[in-house]
Amino acid sequence: MKLREIAHSRTGDKGNVSNISVIAYDAKHYPLLLEQVTAARVKSHFAGVVQGEVVRYELPNLSALNFVMDQALGGGVTRSLALDAHGKSLSSALLDLDIIPAPESK
Amino acid sequence: MRTIRIGSGAGYSGDRIEPAIELAEKGDIQYLVFECLGERTVALAQQARMKNPDSGYDPLLEERMRAVLPVCAAKGIKIVTNMGAANPEAAARKTADIARSLGLPSLKVAAIVGDDVLDACKAGDLPIMEFDGTIKQLGNRLLSANAYLGAEPMAQALAAGADIVITGRASDPALFLAPMIHAFGWAMDDWNLLGQGTVAGHLLECAGQITGGYFADPGYKDVADLARLGFPIGEVGEDGSLVVTKVAGAGGAVTAQTCKEQLLYEVHDPTKYFQPDVVADFSQVKIEEIGPDRVRVSGGRGAKRTDTLKVSVGYVDSYIGEGQISYAGPGALARGRLALEIVRERLKLTNVAASELRFELVGVDSLHGPEVSARAAEPYEVRVRVSGRTENLREAIRIGNEVETLYTNGPAAGGGAWKSARDVVAVASVLLPRELAKPQIRFVGA
Repeated sequence: MKLREIAHSRTGDKGNVSNISVIAYDAKHYPLLLEQVTAARVKSHFAGVVQGEVVRYELPNLSALNFVMDQALGGGVTRSLALDAHGKSLSSALLDLDIIPAPESK
Repeated sequence: MRTIRIGSGAGYSGDRIEPAIELAEKGDIQYLVFECLGERTVALAQQARMKNPDSGYDPLLEERMRAVLPVCAAKGIKIVTNMGAANPEAAARKTADIARSLGLPSLKVAAIVGDDVLDACKAGDLPIMEFDGTIKQLGNRLLSANAYLGAEPMAQALAAGADIVITGRASDPALFLAPMIHAFGWAMDDWNLLGQGTVAGHLLECAGQITGGYFADPGYKDVADLARLGFPIGEVGEDGSLVVTKVAGAGGAVTAQTCKEQLLYEVHDPTKYFQPDVVADFSQVKIEEIGPDRVRVSGGRGAKRTDTLKVSVGYVDSYIGEGQISYAGPGALARGRLALEIVRERLKLTNVAASELRFELVGVDSLHGPEVSARAAEPYEVRVRVSGRTENLREAIRIGNEVETLYTNGPAAGGGAWKSARDVVAVASVLLPRELAKPQIRFVGA
């Protein structure tokens, strides 16, 4: 299944750094996010977009992850050549990630 | 326990006008905050002020003030806003004029000045955070340097009787923190209260982004009535307790999901959300729905503020030239790609001096690049987009021209060509020792 089935997401921007939240609709899916939505996977999902490091922060109270992606916005929101200079559309791309369902929850 | 209700009347400079009127009329609010100052807006406003000393504030100030002042005055609702941009005093004078013209001469308007720290930044030749270089090395490309001020001067202005407080650069959450500090007498070193107040401010500062805006995804996240989206109200207790809600019957929704998305919006390390007044910690925040469109948010904490203020530095970065043209029907993708190849070769043949170029097809790969987009099926129509960075306007214009000439020189059936060339005012940051920014309150008589 796609990440979109179990999580929602929002992108924010600061300079050349993009952050993407990934929030489980249901707390029971948070372990799946923890296990499968790793910083390395996010970095490779955004091949060609994110030039820098991806750091993941965990927010168990919210059943959410926060990915901070360096050098992700074409040199910075205020100077980027990109159509979507803020990278606002990146969250939707991340929700396309494939997730292997947990055996018991199917 | 004492509580106040703070409405968020705008989430950016160009935001909708009437949700703020709805908040003032029906929201039972005591404070109405307008966050209207984007990262680079101060730099652009500073350019405007250099041309005309009475300008340099938000272009929609008059429209917003005329829309809300009558009802705010009637109900005693105080207004806090950063619509002062590069010229808070002129904005305050204008607002006082508007109040007079509306028959509201008793409104007290205060401007907060002192965020302009250009001289101090130059004197210290501070290093730039985003790239190697210093303030002095920007030379005559340097336009502005404005410190993100905290809530204290705004709270003091409210305490001194201001009905309307107008700042330039201040931290966005501080616009909301100021009424809390004023109403509850919070100490400026009660880090946990300031941290929780910052959570409230952060959630409210983008207005509609917490009431269902920037959220809807049909079939997954449905939101009713986005054309009449209601803006949020924060119900804050003197102990920092917070309920986020909206006017009953207004469009949109306040849910745990909308609040979680907004809590993490533009946040990096959630344990360290740097603010002028506090280093807020969002990591222990709890979010619970306690009723329809009522969400309780608790657990924000804070640690001692840093010794520096973040300063937003505006500078002329470069020029950008751009051109677009569309292709549709069978073979649209192939013709779009051919068009890109032609422009790529033309820019080389004609020696256009660009330091950076992008060639893309809107509808195919413009948002996330060829690697991410490779899986998608062929679209019915594509829009060619070529953009490039240059050192001057003349070179930038040539980029769009090479797209436009595809009309008669490129693939079959290209339509809707468009081009632009512009200078780029960009923003970088430096950290300034906080004592070098000296905020002051200036009252303007109505």
